Amino acid sequence: MRNKEKLVEILLTLIGLSSVTVLGLIILFIFKEGLPAFAQVGLWQFVTGTRWSPGKNLLGILPMIAGSFVVTAGALVVGLPLGLGCAIYLSEFATAKTAAILKPTIELLAGIPSVVFGFIGLTLMVPFIRNFFGGPGFSVLASALVLGIMILPTMVSVSYDALRAVPPVYREGMLALGSTDWQAVKMVVLPAARPGILAAAILAMGRAIGETMAVIMVAGNSTIIPTSFLDPVRTLTSNIALEMGYATGLHRQALFATGVVLFVIISILNLTARVVVRGKTR
Amino acid sequence: MFAGKAAKIELREFELYYGDFRVLKKVSAAFAANAVTAIIGPSGCGKSTLLRSINRMNDLIEGVRVTGEIRLDGKNIYDPDVDLIWLRARIGMVFQRPVAFPLSIFDNVAAAPRVRGILSHKELVPIVETSLKAVGLWPEVKDRLGQAASSLSLGDQQKLSIARAIATQPDVVLFDEPCSALDPIATHTIEDLMQSLSEHYTIIIVTHNMQQAARASDFTMFMLDGNIVEYSPTRELFTNPKDTRTENYITGKLG
Repeated sequence: MRNKEKLVEILLTLIGLSSVTVLGLIILFIFKEGLPAFAQVGLWQFVTGTRWSPGKNLLGILPMIAGSFVVTAGALVVGLPLGLGCAIYLSEFATAKTAAILKPTIELLAGIPSVVFGFIGLTLMVPFIRNFFGGPGFSVLASALVLGIMILPTMVSVSYDALRAVPPVYREGMLALGSTDWQAVKMVVLPAARPGILAAAILAMGRAIGETMAVIMVAGNSTIIPTSFLDPVRTLTSNIALEMGYATGLHRQALFATGVVLFVIISILNLTARVVVRGKTR
Repeated sequence: MFAGKAAKIELREFELYYGDFRVLKKVSAAFAANAVTAIIGPSGCGKSTLLRSINRMNDLIEGVRVTGEIRLDGKNIYDPDVDLIWLRARIGMVFQRPVAFPLSIFDNVAAAPRVRGILSHKELVPIVETSLKAVGLWPEVKDRLGQAASSLSLGDQQKLSIARAIATQPDVVLFDEPCSALDPIATHTIEDLMQSLSEHYTIIIVTHNMQQAARASDFTMFMLDGNIVEYSPTRELFTNPKDTRTENYITGKLG
């Protein structure tokens, strides 16, 4: 009996470690494949270079770094207020019946494959932007709109849980002071739920920065630093996905190096966000 | 019975239903101004429901229906033209567990005037100070108003809740078992505080603690199954109960 217990423990430890090991191996692999490119191009040159032309051995990914940032920021501008507003409505104002219908519907959005979002963006948003705002239509704006919708399920359900976790006595205490529902939400419920809402925003940001397929289909993917919301844009993830199929030699290594940069950026963002959340909780 | 004190609140054949269940049965009684009235009775007798009917907190519960009247200075608070914000500004409430909002000490008290649209810091400061002084918390917190209210002890958090309740300058303050989460020392301070506050406010307290009612109130109402069994000056009710059910309850044979 005791031996069996021991065996189960060892087995579970191994299983637990295996996921960490897989992560470690992935990191190791990306770095191993990517680091030679840094050595050859020069780290600074690689990160700040504004021209990406593998045929001419011009390997600068600043346009893609800028692209990822601007598209993610745009997605957050679209998705955060919408998602938070939706979560507040569901948690504080909707009747139980309405919430029981609406919340699963929103969560269903998460189950739609990203290529479908891309397709909708491609056939509806891109022509719309081209006709009404000008430019090619394939743009930062189209990417931000598509991604903004894609991060809604994350934003809504995580901030909804944060709002529901606020003790009901806070609302009661406010209403007993003669507050309206909205005053109670604004003055007490939202401040109480802030760490959870920040966590929702972080998760949503991670989703946006990592998304590839939908963005490829609506972003236009040209390797220039966008100067307007109507300019086409290429993100770090798109860069890898678009070219990995045919890349060889230094070009291939440079794509892995793009992955390294993406990995570092996401780690820094996550870390900062975590520190912010912890700071606000205290 | 009130020995010269005016009636501030008057219930007239007040009934309350949860769905089909009648919680309060044709309750008629008055509460004296500037006195502490305790409502006692076993769990489920309707004492908390009665208290929450006075500031209409029961409105928040689905399926609640009322008949009869509750008059505040002669005005029926269940009239359709009554503004709940007005009503709850005149009738403050302190809950069983201290409600310390996840905000600073200052903002916890300032929440009350802010709800009524008083937003300028200049106007808020004296209100917060007066309220904290009235509950005796001022000397302790005046140098750390910006700190989180959750850093206070439970007893002090309850004082803070009382300060917030009186920051709207109400006439009436309702206490719903305000000491059940507190230790004996904090309980005594809150009881003393209720007595001193009754100079300016009409105070009604629901408690399951008979000693508390005996110590801290001027009048006591004993309820059972949604009815008032006995209601008299506190000393009289505890020393010379007229109803055998009251006697059984206060001697511990019932409930």
